[in-house]
Amino acid sequence: MTTSPAPLVDEAITASGTRKQRARSAPRRRPAIGSHLLLAIAALYFLLPLWWLIVAGTKSTSGLFAGRPLWFADEFALFDNIAQLATYNDGIYLRWLGNSFLYAIAGGVGSTVLAVLAGYAFAKYRFRGSGLSFMILLASVMVPLTALVIPTYVLFNNLGLTNTIWAVILPTLLSPFGVYLMRVYIQDAIPDELLDAARVDGSGEFRTFGTIAVPLMRPAIVTVMLLNIVGGWNNYFLPLAMISDQRLLPVTVGLNYWQVQSNSATAGSIIWNLVTSGSLISVVPLIIAFLMLQKYWQGGLSMGSLK
Amino acid sequence: MTAQVSATARPPVQRRRSGASLDRKHARFGWVFLAPFAVVFLVFLVLPLVYAFWMSLHTNTLAQGEQFAGLANYFRAFADERFMTGMLRVAAFAVVFVPIQIGLALIFALVLDDVRTRFARFSRLLIFAPYAIPGVIGALMWGFLYSPSFGPLVSFFDFLNLPAPDLLSRDTIFASLTNIVTWQWTGYYMIIFYASLQSIDPSLYEAARIDGATKLQTALQIKLPIITSSIVLTIVFSLIGTLQFFTEPQVLAPLAGNAIDAAYTPNLYAYNLAFSYQQFNYASAISFALGLMVFLASIIFLVATRKKSGLR
Repeated sequence: MTTSPAPLVDEAITASGTRKQRARSAPRRRPAIGSHLLLAIAALYFLLPLWWLIVAGTKSTSGLFAGRPLWFADEFALFDNIAQLATYNDGIYLRWLGNSFLYAIAGGVGSTVLAVLAGYAFAKYRFRGSGLSFMILLASVMVPLTALVIPTYVLFNNLGLTNTIWAVILPTLLSPFGVYLMRVYIQDAIPDELLDAARVDGSGEFRTFGTIAVPLMRPAIVTVMLLNIVGGWNNYFLPLAMISDQRLLPVTVGLNYWQVQSNSATAGSIIWNLVTSGSLISVVPLIIAFLMLQKYWQGGLSMGSLK
Repeated sequence: MTAQVSATARPPVQRRRSGASLDRKHARFGWVFLAPFAVVFLVFLVLPLVYAFWMSLHTNTLAQGEQFAGLANYFRAFADERFMTGMLRVAAFAVVFVPIQIGLALIFALVLDDVRTRFARFSRLLIFAPYAIPGVIGALMWGFLYSPSFGPLVSFFDFLNLPAPDLLSRDTIFASLTNIVTWQWTGYYMIIFYASLQSIDPSLYEAARIDGATKLQTALQIKLPIITSSIVLTIVFSLIGTLQFFTEPQVLAPLAGNAIDAAYTPNLYAYNLAFSYQQFNYASAISFALGLMVFLASIIFLVATRKKSGLR
C-alpha cells in the first residue's frame, strides 16, 4: 500500500493500463541550471519566514528589537522562553496546545469516520435518493463555511453551548470534501465483485464493510484524516467566534490574543518573545506529521481533483 | 475462491454500480451508512443556512424585538458602501491572487516534474511547507517581517541608503496581503498539480520527443491539457478561499490600524457586526449574501469551463 491512491490516478489518466515506469531519469542531458536556479529562489522565499521564526524563537524580547532579524542574537533564549511559556499566566499556553490537540483529533477522527461511512454508501449502494444526495453534497463543498459560523453561534448560544469544547468540536465533524474524496477512492479501489462474493458467502453488510472494505481503504482514510486534522489544528474563525473563555482557546487564537496584547499594551504584558517562541513550538507537530506521512498526502491531495 | 467465481460471472470491465444484482435487498444499507453523516450535515450545514436566511429576513431592536423585515437587510447591504467596498476588494483580490497562486504553482509543478534531483525534492518540501503552518501563524510571521521595528526589510533598505517602505500602510497593504496568501497556498496547489503530472503515462512524452517537440511544447501541449480538471478545481478552491478572506486581514489589523478597517473584507465586516456590535441579523444577511455570491461564482466558473475540464 505504499502507492496510496496512485492506482486510482493511473486508471484515470493513462491510456494503457500498463504499470508506468518513469524512465525519465535515463542517462542524458545537461543539468538544468535554469530550473535549479528557479527552484533555489523559490525555496529561499518559502523558507524565509520559517527561518525567521526559528531564529526569533530563540530570542528574548529585547533581542527581537536589537536588529539582525535573520540571525541569532548573542543570547540564546529559547529555553528561557520555553520555561516562561510553561509558567506565564499559570501555563495557559500548555492548555492552548492541549485544546488544539483535542479539537484537531476529536474533530479530525470524528469527521473521518463519518466521511468513510458516507463515502462507502455513495460508492457502493444505489439507494433511493442517492443521486440527489450526492449532488447536494457536491454543491455544499462550495458553501463557504464561514457563512455558517454566525448562525451556528446564535443557535449554540441559545442552547448554552458557546464557550464549551463542543462549540468547536461538533461543527468540525462536517467534512463534505472528505466524503467526496472517500467516494472517489472507494469506487475504484474496491471492486463490487469482492463485496458481492462476501454477500454470497453470507457475510452481513457491516461485517463486509469492516473486514473487507475498510482494510482496502486505509491509504485514503489516512489522507482524509490528515487533511481533517490539519484543518482542525489550523481552525481560526470558528473558535474565535465561539470561545471567549481564555482557558478553552486553541493555540492559534491564543497566540493572536497575545499579539494584540503585546501590540497595544503596557510594559508588563509585552510578551513578543512568547508570541514568537509559542508560534515556533505550535508548528512543530504539524511539520513532523507531514514529514512522516509524506507518501499519503502527496498522492492523496490530487485524489479528488481527477474525477 | 468465491471472489474469482463471481468475478468471472461479471467481468470487471463492465463493472456496474454497487452489486446491481443484490441491489434491492441491500439498498437500504446505503442509508444506514449515510445516516450519521446526513445527521451532521442537516444539523451543522442545512440548519445554520436556513437559520441564517431566516435571521436575515428579520430585524431585532430593543424597542420592538424580533420583527419580520422582508428583504430590508439585503437592500441595506447593497446600499451599504462599506459592504460593497469590501465585496469589490475581495473581487480584486481574487483577480490578483488566483492567477498568481495557480500560475506559480503550475510553473513549480512543471519544473519539479521535469527535474528529478535531490535538491528538487528538497525544494518541493520547502515550497509545500507553508501549508502545514496555520494561517494565523503565517500572518503573524509576515507581520513581524513587515514590521519597522522587528523586520529585516528596514535594515535592508538602510543598507541600500533608501527610505524603507511601510508595508502596512494603506498603499501597500494589498500587496503585503497578496504576498502572505501566495506564500501560504502556492505549495498546496503545486502538490496537487505535481501529483497529477506524475500520473501521466510517460510514453506520451516519448512520442512527443520522437516528433521533435521541445520541453516547453511538451509542457504546454501535452501536460497542461491532461491536468486541466485539476487546474479548474484548484481555481475554484482558490476562488472560494479568496472571497471568504478573513484570517490574514484580521490578524494584521492591529498592526496596520489605518490600512485595515472593520469592513476590509465582507467576512471581516460580518464578524465585526455580529461580535462587536451584536447586529446578528444584519451580519447574517451579509454572510448569506456573500455565501450566495461565492456559490454562484464557483458554479458559473465550473459551467463555463465544463467542456475544457471534462468535469460533470
